Amino acid sequence: MATTTDPLLEEIQGPTPGQLLRRRVFGHHGLMIGGGLVALLVVVAILAPVLAPHDPYAQSLLERLQPPVFLGGSWEHPLGTDHLGRDYLSRLIYGARVSLMIGVIAALISGLIGTAMGVAAGYFGGRVDMVVTFLINVRLAMPVVLVALAVVAIFGGSLQVVIIVLGLLLWDRFAVVMRASTLQVRGREYVAAARAIGCSTPRIVLTEIMPNIVNNLIVVVTLEMAHAILLEAALSFLGLGVQPPTPSWGLMVSEGKQMMLFEPWLVMIPGIVLFLLVLAINLMGDGLRDVTAPENRS
Amino acid sequence: MSDATTPVLELRNVSKVYTIRQGLFAERKSLRAIDDVSLKVERGGVLGLVGESGCGKSTLAKILLGLETPTTGEVLIDGEPVGAQDRRKLARRIQPIFQDPYSSLNPRKSIADIISLPLRVHGIGDAASQDKAVREILDIVGLPARVMNSYPSQMSGGQRQRVAIARALIMKPEIVICDEPTSALDVSVQSQILNLLGELRREFGLTYLFISHNLAVVEHLATRVAVMYLGRIVEEASVAGLFDHARHPYSQALLESVLTPDPALGVPDTQLGAAYPNPIAPPSGCHFHPRCPKALPQCSSVAPRPLTTADGRIECHLFDEEKAEPATA
Repeated sequence: MATTTDPLLEEIQGPTPGQLLRRRVFGHHGLMIGGGLVALLVVVAILAPVLAPHDPYAQSLLERLQPPVFLGGSWEHPLGTDHLGRDYLSRLIYGARVSLMIGVIAALISGLIGTAMGVAAGYFGGRVDMVVTFLINVRLAMPVVLVALAVVAIFGGSLQVVIIVLGLLLWDRFAVVMRASTLQVRGREYVAAARAIGCSTPRIVLTEIMPNIVNNLIVVVTLEMAHAILLEAALSFLGLGVQPPTPSWGLMVSEGKQMMLFEPWLVMIPGIVLFLLVLAINLMGDGLRDVTAPENRS
Repeated sequence: MSDATTPVLELRNVSKVYTIRQGLFAERKSLRAIDDVSLKVERGGVLGLVGESGCGKSTLAKILLGLETPTTGEVLIDGEPVGAQDRRKLARRIQPIFQDPYSSLNPRKSIADIISLPLRVHGIGDAASQDKAVREILDIVGLPARVMNSYPSQMSGGQRQRVAIARALIMKPEIVICDEPTSALDVSVQSQILNLLGELRREFGLTYLFISHNLAVVEHLATRVAVMYLGRIVEEASVAGLFDHARHPYSQALLESVLTPDPALGVPDTQLGAAYPNPIAPPSGCHFHPRCPKALPQCSSVAPRPLTTADGRIECHLFDEEKAEPATA
């Protein structure tokens, strides 16, 4: 019988895939910085009631517009207070909940819609592809902010409405990317082999195609999370997103804008935090793509 | 249903026509990828299928695997039409080995997962017996059991092709479609894989349809050869018959085109010219006539009939009134 083992094979006794993955994750600076920041913000958001020094809704007109410590304020309110005397740090901490919740849930909803459409279009092709491509084009022709503004104007601004509107509007990139990735993977011979073996279509999609396109999905998820967070901030800034007195970073920028000339930190602090969160999410997405790409496996 | 004389694999007048449209408002055109192909493969035999790129070899393989349905004609396995069997049933009798081992193994799955997939899909045995079957087949294809937890990217091309062979053979199929199984491999590895395929055929009594453009490989492994040109089988003969005295001008040209190791001989002149015809608008009459060095006047207008020869079939006007008898179709 054929037992001509490759002599080279005898030497392959490397680390296990798990060890390799760990090594790649910890060796990737972008992923460590981005992932660390996101993890920190998630912990802060979850532990908001414990971490916040004050009630984010408690007003105190005597203590209004106090500057943060680094501009000569007191440690009583480390980041100062807003125009109603509410503690700015506490509002920032509670605002992380709103931003993260909107980012995660909106990206989840649109991810489900877009991935289902994109994979179906890429895998089945033909009429299905035509319909999905048409829907993507229709969706791309609609300006997100205008549609969101109109819907919020009709149904009223609330956290739920903003999440649902964004979730139903941001699936286009998922659909485009997943369609292209599926098209690329479905032509590979291992898909043909799976069909020749007798695998059912759902099995082929779930076990042969999805694992090979999921790294692209991760990148889009992070992009769209960041996108949704920025859109919520924009909608709240325009007064049509999350309604006062709910603490939201966009709303905080909006409320601070009248005092921007004399108390610029009212706008700068939530702006910087928003920027850091979006940057961290994007760094994390890029890093995840790098460490999960199969071509990096060696 | 099956006896010794029934060919294990038979194609009867199989055609595959693709309708294509170049541009949104262009009219639809049809592309005959496979044109009226009839073939028989005896049990335990190896049919080599040779031809240029784009002549329809791989489409034929897809039809046999049930990945494409023929437009007309039928495929019979053991005398049973394939249309009557569903894909899962077909999968247990006929399995593929693909050309590119870098694309035929899912990079996200371990070797054990890849090889045991057919068993899991068909619900054969429990986890322990599947594990045992994988170990056995790894031994048979010459890989150590240790590679079970490896991933395809950790292996060389030859090792990957061994994995692909193991996956094809784990359900003990009767027929294996080898679609250029060595063309993506290094020359030194090619012979190992070919020898392995030969040993496995003897061991398990397999029947191969061996698709290749490498004539040396076909001569080494096949028992019969079919030469394909633009979707038609232009000549079919035993290996000895074809390689000793090829009759069809295209077969002769293919044999002459084999490169020799001696560079002083230069690139052989096949007299074919460089242009492969456009399969959307094939030449009239005999499809081969624009490139044929021995074309007769009627070749450009009349398509040649299939003729039976002493040891196969041929489609060429050169032999029509001479030695061959018209086929009784």
